[in-house]
Amino acid sequence: MTNPTTLLSVSNLTKKIGKREIVHNLNFNVQPGEVYGFLGPNGAGKTTTIRMLVGLIRPTAGTIQINGYDLQRQFIPAIRQIGCIVENPELYPYLTGMENMRLFARMMKNVSQTKIDEVIRLVELDQRVHDLVKTYSLGMKQRLGIAQALLGDPKLLILDEPTNGLDPAGIRELRTFIRMLATEKGISVFVSSHILNEVQLLCDRVAIIHHGRIVKTGPVSDLIDQHPQVEWTVDEWEQAQTYFKSLPYITTIQKRAHNILRVQMPLEKIAETNAKLLQEQLHVVGIRPYQQTLEDIFLAMTGGQTDDSANL
Amino acid sequence: MIPLIYNEWLKMVRKKRIWVITLILLVLIPIFTYAQFRTIQQTVAEMGTSDWRALLQQQIIDQQNRLSSSRLPEEWRDWIKLSIQQQQYYLDHDINPTAPGAPTFVRKFIEESVSLFLPLLVVVLAADIVSSEHTAGTIKSLLTRPVQRWKVLLSKYLALLLSISVLMMITAILSYLISGVIFGYQGWNMPVLTGFQEQNGQLITSFVHLVPQWKYILMAYGLAWFTCVAVGTLSFMVSVLVRGTAASMGVMLAAVISGSLLAQLAPTWSMLKYFAFTHLRLTDYLSGKPILIEGMSLSFSILVLSVWSILAILIAFITFQRRDVLA
Ligand SMILES: Nc1ncnc2c1ncn2[C@@H]1O[C@H](COP(=O)(O)OP(=O)(O)OP(=O)(O)O)[C@@H](O)[C@H]1O
Ligand SMILES: [Mg+2]
Repeated sequence: MTNPTTLLSVSNLTKKIGKREIVHNLNFNVQPGEVYGFLGPNGAGKTTTIRMLVGLIRPTAGTIQINGYDLQRQFIPAIRQIGCIVENPELYPYLTGMENMRLFARMMKNVSQTKIDEVIRLVELDQRVHDLVKTYSLGMKQRLGIAQALLGDPKLLILDEPTNGLDPAGIRELRTFIRMLATEKGISVFVSSHILNEVQLLCDRVAIIHHGRIVKTGPVSDLIDQHPQVEWTVDEWEQAQTYFKSLPYITTIQKRAHNILRVQMPLEKIAETNAKLLQEQLHVVGIRPYQQTLEDIFLAMTGGQTDDSANL
Repeated sequence: MIPLIYNEWLKMVRKKRIWVITLILLVLIPIFTYAQFRTIQQTVAEMGTSDWRALLQQQIIDQQNRLSSSRLPEEWRDWIKLSIQQQQYYLDHDINPTAPGAPTFVRKFIEESVSLFLPLLVVVLAADIVSSEHTAGTIKSLLTRPVQRWKVLLSKYLALLLSISVLMMITAILSYLISGVIFGYQGWNMPVLTGFQEQNGQLITSFVHLVPQWKYILMAYGLAWFTCVAVGTLSFMVSVLVRGTAASMGVMLAAVISGSLLAQLAPTWSMLKYFAFTHLRLTDYLSGKPILIEGMSLSFSILVLSVWSILAILIAFITFQRRDVLA
């Protein structure tokens, strides 16, 4: 079962707090050099799982193997393989960025000043590194957080919702950075998120967690909708609906708002369809490919709606 | 281990706790010095004469007369002889016993502050040493390093011991320097009586002897250090058990204050002698002040404080090693 090259191997991981089972029987593997997404809505148990992966809490049952070391029994060698940010980058606000880095470096073996300077340059924080951390913006704290996670030359980087609170530019930058770590430095990244789109853009493989259980694991390409949907905003929506039904390549039609129809159709047919609607004298005021959300996936899985378009 | 202790020390210094405490001492010691100065002036005024040499001479003669009386019990004789020696020393070295120098202030200050003032400062130092890492979330950054948890905790404890020692040193240096401005800096060799023992509620004076004041101060500071370490150790445990800084400080302040109050309010309640915070006044055993609660001795007090401290350390380390870090 355990591939010798597997970097992180989690099996039958369960955590109970009090009588509540927060996560139940998780199984997944992370391979070297891949970006692995851990996708789930709020309260799904992502942070709880990550706390177990970094040794902050003990599993009630199950094992965690990191590069072949058992986290419970060989904590020191196992944790050496990891750099992490759990929830927020936790730094000492009354110390400077550099003092924080040196403080963490002293807790590891063989981290030289050269290494510290190198990671600080990597996250482009050299300008402000001698200022107190309490004067940093959230984005800068996030960078310093990543810098401290990279100090020990980890093979696996564990990030818990790293894009929380970042602006779109910051998110894009972080994404590029994480991909760079994986492709150029061969670091595996385990990253949790509650945004489907983010995982699609960033990750190679994904595990989806819901109510403490993994409901799906696999390559991200499986998530990308094989049946894309398009939202049409048409004033005469009733006529449009009737017309859509006559088209062979349109499989499902759903009415959303008062004049929006969501239909499942190949994206390359959009122009053709639009032209036909015009011929029918129907006024199309908006066309938008629909971004599937995590909820759609859950809805599809639980069959909570007549909408069967998101069958994965 | 040294790098870890250095980390903890750095946090303590940069959090400015040590400076706040130095500032408190800088404000309070002049006030105490002035209070002492007022008391001395009052005494001099009451004696009606400023010629303390004549007064001392008279006291020595009185004591010598008592010695020559044959009905005196043996240990009283020794006691009086010592007392004469002490007064003779004052005369010979031109020391006014009612207006002593800075070393005497240093001694009195530690004797008075060991029961409440210093323990409170120690609580301020120790109460948030672990809980603040929980409150700030930085505990997550500490415990996800390749260092065993018990080592992280031990480095915090050793840094605490270091800062308690620094606190004592600052107290000694500041009280010497500041009070010396008014009282002068002389008096290190002045003889001080010590060696009192209590048995069945009676003060036994047969072991009483004179020691130079510097030696007495060293002993007093040693005992006060022990008291402070015990208080620090208990605060340390509370800091591990309680997650909030405010809560852990509150618990400890309540415990220290009620300990010193209870000993005065209910001295007959013998259970109190097993309570750590009634044993803080270790220096009273040196100076021979009456001990409020029956059946207490220096070794008993040290034993009680040690047992509490060892238990506290065990509880702190076991809890810290095992606990889930959820916050
Ligand atoms: N200390 C605790 N005691 C009891 N229940 C807890 C505790 N911590 C978390 N939980 C519960 O465990 C569940 C999972 O929480 P967790 O923080 O792991 O979710 P998450 O997936 O990280 O969510 P989010 O996206 O909001 O960060 C939640 O229902 C939460 O209420
Ligand atoms: Mg979370």
